[in-house]
Amino acid sequence: MSVTVPPQFEVLDRPLDTQMTISMGPQHPSTHGVLRLELVLDGEMIVKCTPDIGYLHTGMEKLFEYKKYQQGIVITDRMDYLNPLGNNLAYVMAVEKLLGLEIPERAQVIRVLMCELQRIASHLVWLGTHALDIGAMTIFFYCFREREKILNLIEAASGGRLTPSYFRIGGLMMDLPAGFERRVQQFIDGFPAALKDFQNLLTGNTIFHRRTKGIGIVSAEDAIDLGLTGPSLRGSGVAIDVRRTNPYTGYETYDFEIPTEPNGDVWSRYMVRMREMHESWKITQQALDRLKPGPVKADAPKVVLPDREAMKTHMDALIHHFLIVAEGFNVPAGEVYHPIEASKGELGVYIKSDGGPKPARVHFRGPSFVNLSALPYMVNGEMLADVVAVIGSIDIVLGEIDR
Amino acid sequence: MSIISDVIESTKAIIKGMGVTFSYIPKEKWTVEYPDEPVTVQPRYRGQHLLHVDEHGREKCVACFLCAAACPSDCIYIIAADDPRSPEERIGVDERYAKVYNIDYGRCIFCGFCVEACPKDAITHGYNFELSVYNRADLLKTKDDLLITKQKQSPNYRVAFADEDVDSEYKEV
Repeated sequence: MSVTVPPQFEVLDRPLDTQMTISMGPQHPSTHGVLRLELVLDGEMIVKCTPDIGYLHTGMEKLFEYKKYQQGIVITDRMDYLNPLGNNLAYVMAVEKLLGLEIPERAQVIRVLMCELQRIASHLVWLGTHALDIGAMTIFFYCFREREKILNLIEAASGGRLTPSYFRIGGLMMDLPAGFERRVQQFIDGFPAALKDFQNLLTGNTIFHRRTKGIGIVSAEDAIDLGLTGPSLRGSGVAIDVRRTNPYTGYETYDFEIPTEPNGDVWSRYMVRMREMHESWKITQQALDRLKPGPVKADAPKVVLPDREAMKTHMDALIHHFLIVAEGFNVPAGEVYHPIEASKGELGVYIKSDGGPKPARVHFRGPSFVNLSALPYMVNGEMLADVVAVIGSIDIVLGEIDR
Repeated sequence: MSIISDVIESTKAIIKGMGVTFSYIPKEKWTVEYPDEPVTVQPRYRGQHLLHVDEHGREKCVACFLCAAACPSDCIYIIAADDPRSPEERIGVDERYAKVYNIDYGRCIFCGFCVEACPKDAITHGYNFELSVYNRADLLKTKDDLLITKQKQSPNYRVAFADEDVDSEYKEV
């Protein structure tokens, strides 16, 4: 791997008493959770940075092996808790790939709609907390106000705010509620004004420029070598997006751009996410225009729970209902990997099935985990105060890193 | 960048930012002063469960254990029993009923799978989200806490109408 070692790295040869090792976290408010960084400092300069993770380890991947396939959906909610619908989508699509299910058009459009709303919500949390870490407090409240609107929409559709579990294997939990389209349209109409406020608060701000420009640089080659994905990679000028390179749920039919910025610093990653919110807003509008009445569940009576009315009136539907809930459904033996573009990068789900109702092994390729591994390269030679800016710019969620 | 232009640029940035802040002063407020004001929950909100009864006050649950089987966190505990009395005197709608129906809210994750699984519409999610207790043991709710006839509506929330635009409520000054 061709990672360039900055000249500052060589100061390790100096006598030890000029260096100091400090521990940042796990209770530090700017590490976005329970991340601990072991920093070796020379004065205020970072000589070495070692992320220490595992404080939030809950054994989720192992837990999947003891749950039926449909019960696994609720575990995915709790990994990247800022982007739960994206996690749901990755998991259910991997299982659907093993089963070979065809998902109805309406369900696919609703999945795109909800995922893009969730992506905006996730980026809004990132924007608010990133600016808060750097010292701009006002924007935090406006970000969370906009996010509140999205959470209300998600709550209206699924019943949960942070843990929606809205997508099911073979479709959706249930159809959208009445008046949902009107409310989404209302949000879409108001969002550009909010985005303009955010731009006014930060994008032209010299103080913000000083804190972000030229900080935490990672070149395009290094970014690819380090396995960065998502906005962190596109901030280095590499236009790779799973929605474009490996389309799923009909993303190839939507008109959107993949924003990139050439410099690879904190500012570039900031600009990529700001522009990505605008692109997500565009996709949301397109998905809303495409919503047509139709079924939201696949025609697979042995996998998908029957309609509630049918379950109460038809004997065969009732039998299938009991079998699916009590025993689960068998998934053909095999292995599958399905990547999606989550808000933080490529979220891949690997499932190995041995033919039973429970998976033999589930593994997640978490974007936060891989992006965090680039942090030591980004902060080498930077000042201690810039570490919080760099951590904010790679947008990590510890629930997903530790799993 | 010289120090003078630096100061001018920074001042401009602060004025621009404060302009956004000041522009919000005449606008409607978005916050809800919970618990002095009730919060609005959506019709599909998943709160504390309700065990339903039919029009004669008999429990709908027939103790089929589907909710317990669907539960990803194994928080539902049921003991089934037979009630051989005549339909008018029974506790439940059917001969078989749940003698014990416990939900451990220390484990429940409010996923709604039990509601989806129930073939009799006997269990649904209510809207109560104020579940904090001083003692862990109090998180174990029995049938006495869960039955719809025994639960009280909290004044701290109200449920939105099916197609109500909840966001607009926050705009009231």
